[in-house]
Amino acid sequence: MGSVDTVIRGRAHVYPRAHVNTDEIIPARYLNTHDHVELAKHAMEDIDPDFVKRVQPGDIVVGGEDFGCGSSREHAVWALRKAGISCVIASNFARIFFRNSLNNGFLSIECAGFADKAKSGDDLEVDLAKGVIRNHTQGTEHVFVPLTPFVQEMIAAGGLLPMVAKKRGTVYNPAIVAVKPDVRVSQIAPAK
Amino acid sequence: MPSPQTITEKILAAHSGRDTVRPGEIVNATIDLIVCHEVTTPPAIRMMAQMGVTKVFDPTKIVVTPDHFVPNKDIQTAELTKELRNWVKEQGIARYHELGEHGICHALVPEKGYILPGMTAICGDSHTTTLGAFGAFATGIGSTDVAAALTTGELWFRVPETIRFNVKGRLPHGVYSKDLILHIISKIGVDGARYCAMEYHGSAIAAMSMEARMTITNMAVEAGGKSGIMEADKVTTNYLKARTEEPYTIYRSDADAHYVATHEIDASALEPVVATPSLPSNGRFIGEIGHVVIDQAYIGSCTNARIEDLRIAAKVMKGRRVAQGVRALVVPSTSAVWRQALKEGLFEIFADAGCVISTATCGACLGGHMGVLGKQEVCISSTNRNFVGRMGHPEALVYLASPATVAASAIAGHIVDPREYLERPLRRDKEAGVPVGAIAGGGPGSEQEDYLWGV
Repeated sequence: MGSVDTVIRGRAHVYPRAHVNTDEIIPARYLNTHDHVELAKHAMEDIDPDFVKRVQPGDIVVGGEDFGCGSSREHAVWALRKAGISCVIASNFARIFFRNSLNNGFLSIECAGFADKAKSGDDLEVDLAKGVIRNHTQGTEHVFVPLTPFVQEMIAAGGLLPMVAKKRGTVYNPAIVAVKPDVRVSQIAPAK
Repeated sequence: MPSPQTITEKILAAHSGRDTVRPGEIVNATIDLIVCHEVTTPPAIRMMAQMGVTKVFDPTKIVVTPDHFVPNKDIQTAELTKELRNWVKEQGIARYHELGEHGICHALVPEKGYILPGMTAICGDSHTTTLGAFGAFATGIGSTDVAAALTTGELWFRVPETIRFNVKGRLPHGVYSKDLILHIISKIGVDGARYCAMEYHGSAIAAMSMEARMTITNMAVEAGGKSGIMEADKVTTNYLKARTEEPYTIYRSDADAHYVATHEIDASALEPVVATPSLPSNGRFIGEIGHVVIDQAYIGSCTNARIEDLRIAAKVMKGRRVAQGVRALVVPSTSAVWRQALKEGLFEIFADAGCVISTATCGACLGGHMGVLGKQEVCISSTNRNFVGRMGHPEALVYLASPATVAASAIAGHIVDPREYLERPLRRDKEAGVPVGAIAGGGPGSEQEDYLWGV
């Protein structure tokens, strides 16, 4: 993260159905952790149990309408990204998923009807500068909804947190993990 | 003259230092209330550390309660709540509600008088839209947003378009606000209000209690909405009077404000609605449902487990027994609701009927714990969402309905119209061995009926 690749290339995993929801992307039974590696093991489990076995780094998820509807769990974005997905193309997105993906500097591309034409395994290329998706397997080109200036700024910054950190004059370091809770307990005076 | 605006536009303008805002614009709005729970806040705590932030912007604007997996369902959730608890102490957040004082956050926040008209409120939870019943802008966001808002006290929003719903008439006996919202979602679809604010008006809304109203705004997200909102009125101010002395500003939509769509609904024409698997938009009137045998009946969640809901369920269940082969679960939304239900004798009614009663938790609504479904099991639920895998196994089937329909179905063993259970005089239930007096001429709403039910 941190900069926008102008071209993203990967194989398609197509789910043309409308309303693929966050309960399918990452079932709530795995929300007892926010460890991205753990979450990634269960990405898409309830819609495609073999997804994690097939997915290769850089692959692209292609969905229908209202992709990512349901719960606000950002875990859905983390699970997909950590599983190796480079971006999601869908006819349109449910708002919280869309927001979460942009906040993470993870691309959600809107292209109506694309899921009806693409096949799983197709070699796709998203050209951000030109605003097109190329399907190399089928030899087709599709125009997607242009990213708004605000979205471009957020994606270029690598997401909301680097933006906020920059504004505050601090450095965003995603390598920092939380201090272990059991260490903290002893350091905290009990509340009055 | 500023251009006419909706209530949502006015609130967002006031919080971003503007006179007016337009749908589609991106604004940076100040946040009045941030609600935190143990699933989406611990990641935000880590994110703040990643930004080098050691202090939240203002601990007095934060409310915290563990709710999803309480009491801790396993070691991992125990660690999540511990992380939340330690952070609360470290940051000096006073409005923390530990077990025993806890509740599902969207039910707890109104009950404590924390949400006020005119506020902006966020929580890393999609059902935050509930709070819009108070004339506030309230929406669900992700953990990154929580981290940004906890740090800066501000957050970016795309100003939503507004869809207006005029709900005239009055809900008939046995038909509730849950039936109304399931009906609305069935009409517009699970993405019918995508990115939009859903604004409610009309005599049917005006006649509702705050509790009933919250069921409607709660489910805005099930139509893809960014928020659900209702203008504060006398019912709102009376509810708040008993809970808070904090000042607030009431905003109203201008008469000529712009709406992307306006829907006219006659509440008087509604019947009980059930949403069939596996979309909340699959709502149908009860007469079209057919014979659906159930394994479980679940009365709980931020949608329908407030005291009014439990009273209605108890009214249906009093003197009756849950059908053989059915598990009936009652999960009050907050600890205060739990205590009130105990005081009113509702738990005795539920226990006598054969229900299991739990502490307040999101629990099985999201397939967390306390009633998760197995393969191909069928559940009728007063919750908000019936997606594949939502309450457990991906092949489990979830039907959404009002607490009355859930309670009546628990008694019948299959999905039924609750009205006959609300209206029919009680019979002696031999199996239960509960002696119950039958009444003559005690129709619905009659004095005899009230006396008999005692609730």
